[in-house]
Amino acid sequence: MSDTILKVEHISKQYRLGLVGTGTLSHDLNRWWHKVRGKDDPYLKVGAVNDRSTVSNSNYVWALRDINFSVQKGEVLGIIGKNGAGKSTLLKILSRVTSPTVGEIKTKGRIASLLEVGTGFHPELTGKENIYLNGAILGMTKSEIKKKEKEIIDFSGCLRYINTPVKRYSSGMRVRLAFAVAAFLEPDILVVDEVLAVGDAEFQKKAIGKMQDISKGDGRTVLFVSHNMAAVQDLCTRVIILEHGIKTFEGDVSKGINTYLSNNNTYDAFVDFEVKDELETSRFSRFEIRNSKDELSSGFHSGEPITFSISIKVKNTLRNPVFSLRISDLNHVNIITWRSNDYIEEPLRKNQSEDFQINLTTKDLYLLNGVYSVSIGLADGTEMLQAEIKFIEFEVHPSKPNNDFHSITKEKSTNSLIYSIANWDVS
Amino acid sequence: MNSNTKDQWLYTISSKKKLIDLNLNEIWHYRDLLFLFVKRDVITVYKQTVLGPLWYLIQPLFTSVIFTLVFNNLGNINTGGVPPFLFNLAGITAWNYFKECLTKTSNTFVANKNIFGKVYFPRAIMPLSITISNLLKFGIQLAIFLFFYGYYAFQGMEVSFSNYWFLFPFYVLIMALLGLGLGMIISSMTTKYRDLTVMINFAIQLLMYLSAVPYPLAEAKSKFPPTVALIVEYNPLTQVIEGFRNIVLNSGTFSWYGFLYTLIISILLFLIGLIIFNKTEKSFIDTV
Repeated sequence: MSDTILKVEHISKQYRLGLVGTGTLSHDLNRWWHKVRGKDDPYLKVGAVNDRSTVSNSNYVWALRDINFSVQKGEVLGIIGKNGAGKSTLLKILSRVTSPTVGEIKTKGRIASLLEVGTGFHPELTGKENIYLNGAILGMTKSEIKKKEKEIIDFSGCLRYINTPVKRYSSGMRVRLAFAVAAFLEPDILVVDEVLAVGDAEFQKKAIGKMQDISKGDGRTVLFVSHNMAAVQDLCTRVIILEHGIKTFEGDVSKGINTYLSNNNTYDAFVDFEVKDELETSRFSRFEIRNSKDELSSGFHSGEPITFSISIKVKNTLRNPVFSLRISDLNHVNIITWRSNDYIEEPLRKNQSEDFQINLTTKDLYLLNGVYSVSIGLADGTEMLQAEIKFIEFEVHPSKPNNDFHSITKEKSTNSLIYSIANWDVS
Repeated sequence: MNSNTKDQWLYTISSKKKLIDLNLNEIWHYRDLLFLFVKRDVITVYKQTVLGPLWYLIQPLFTSVIFTLVFNNLGNINTGGVPPFLFNLAGITAWNYFKECLTKTSNTFVANKNIFGKVYFPRAIMPLSITISNLLKFGIQLAIFLFFYGYYAFQGMEVSFSNYWFLFPFYVLIMALLGLGLGMIISSMTTKYRDLTVMINFAIQLLMYLSAVPYPLAEAKSKFPPTVALIVEYNPLTQVIEGFRNIVLNSGTFSWYGFLYTLIISILLFLIGLIIFNKTEKSFIDTV
C-alpha cells in the first residue's frame, strides 16, 4: 500500500523489574560475554507477560510483545488499554524516547509527540520565548515558528500573557500553549497522549476540532491515546486495544470501545468480604457487579442495566431482614438509594435462616458518565448488622446507542446528576 | 510503484545500533534549538540570585588569592617572573571553563531526564549548548583577568602576550572539546552507574593538581618524581593550561608538538564521547 505512512513490525520491549542499577554490572558483563561469543542476549529469552497484579518469578517483563500494525495517511488511530497495558511505552518508542528491544518501526513522516503538558517549557521564559523553545524542541526551525507565531498565540488564547513568564501561568494556560505549539507544528504524524484531560471543556472541544482538522483537512495522521472513550469515539477512525503488552483488537471504533469496556474494567467488579468462621451476626460474604450479559463488569454504558449481586451468610435467623444499596458519585453526592422495605411487597423473606443471595438490577437508570461508588447495608428490623460504605466503584461511559438497550450520549454537565428519557411533544 | 515506495521510508526506529553514529546531520537540523537553549541559559542564569553575575568574579578571585598564599607565599613555587596572583588567575580562568563544561555536561542525562523522557531531539544538543553558554562565563572571567592584567601593567610589571596569541581560539576550542568529550562519556555512564556523579566532583579536584594549574610545568619537571612529572606533562590539560598561560603571560615554553598532541587528543576524545553518547541516548530512559 503506497498510502501507508507508519509501519510497526514485531515491536517488543523488555523491562527489568525491581531495582534497576543494582546487579546490572554482572548482567551487563554476562550480556557482553554472550555477545563476544556471537550468542543471543541471555536475558531476552526470559520474561513474563506483563500483568501488574500477579507475582512472577522472572525479573524481566515484556511491556510490549510483538506489536504489529500499520497506519494509513490521514487516519486517526486510537490506542486504548488499561493502565500499564503498554500504551505509553509504545508511544515512547514511536517518539524515539526509547528504543525497542526487538522489532522495527518504519515511517515516512516526521513524528511529533505531545506527550505531556508543557514539557520543555522553562518557567522563567515568557510565553513567546517558550513558543520558540518548545517549537524547536519539537523539531521546527526558527523561521517555521515565526510564520506560525500569530496563529499559535490566537489558538492558545493567551495573547494577554504572552510576554509574561510561564511560571505565572495557570496549568490550563500551559496546556493551551503547549497544545497550540504542537498542533501548528504540522508534523506528518502527531502523537497525543492524554493531554486534553487538563484543559477546560471549551478548550477540549477546540483541541478535538483541531485534531480533526489535522487529520481530515490536511490529511495528516494522528495517534491518539486516551481513557476518554467519548473523545476516542469522536475522533478516531480505527482503534487498537493493548492488554498486558499484547495487541488484542484492531479495527472498528465502536466495536473496539465495546470490547474494551466489557473486557477491560478499570475497577474490580467484585469484592470478597472477610468472613470469620465464628460469626457473631449475619455478614456479607461476596459482592458482584454484573452487566446485562451476566458477565462481571465495572464499566457500563449509561442506561445499561446493572446487576448487583450480594451473598449473605446468615448466623442467627434474620427475623425482619432489610437490605439497602446506595450509589454515590465521587463528590460524595448520593445519587440513589434502594431499600428492600421501600416496597409494599418486600423482596426479602422474613425469618431468613439460611445463606442467601440478593440480586438487584437497575432499570432505566441513566447515570451520566463518571465514576460511582456503591455502599450497602444490612439490618434486622431496626438493628444495623453491617454497613460497607463506598467499598466498590464502577464507571459509566457515554457512547453511541446500542441495540440492546436505550443508551444516551449525553455527557455529564455540572448542574445535573442523572438523565432520563422524556417524551417530547412539539406543536 | 509499490515496489519503489518500500524503500522510501524516511527513517527506521529499531533495536539495532550502528557501531559509529555521529548523527551530525540531525544535530545540524536542530541547530535552532541549540541557539535557543544557549539563549535560555544566558537569560535565566541570573534569575533569583542576589549577587547575580558577581558570583562569576568571586570564585576565581578568591581561589587565586588562596593559591597565591598557599603555593607561592608558603610553598615558594617559582612562577617564572610573573606576578603569582596573575599567574594563578590565568590558570584558574582556563581551568574553570574546562571544569564547568565537564561537570555540567557530565550530568546531562540525569538532569534532563524529564524532558528527554518526553520528546526526541538529538541529545547531543544539550551538552553542546552547555559548552557554548559557558563561553559567556568564561568571557566574564577573562575580562576580570584582563582587568588585573592592566592593573599589573600599570604598576610597571613586565607582562606581555606571546607571539602565539593567534592560537587563543584554538585553546578555547580544545578546552571545550575536552570538557565536552569527557563529560559526554561520563554522563553516558552515570545513567546506569550513579557512583560516577559522586566521583566526578572529587576527581576533578585531584585532576586540577595534576594539570599544572597552581604551578608551572617546569617546576613539576624539576621537583616531582619522574613518573608523576611524566603524567603531568602528558596530561592534555596541562598542555592547555600551560599554552594558555604562555599566550597571555608569555611565561613557560610553547611547543607545536604539545599543541598538536593536545588538539588530536581532544578531537579524539570528543568523537569517542559523541559516539558513546549517541549510543546511550537510545534507551537511557529505561535505566536512568
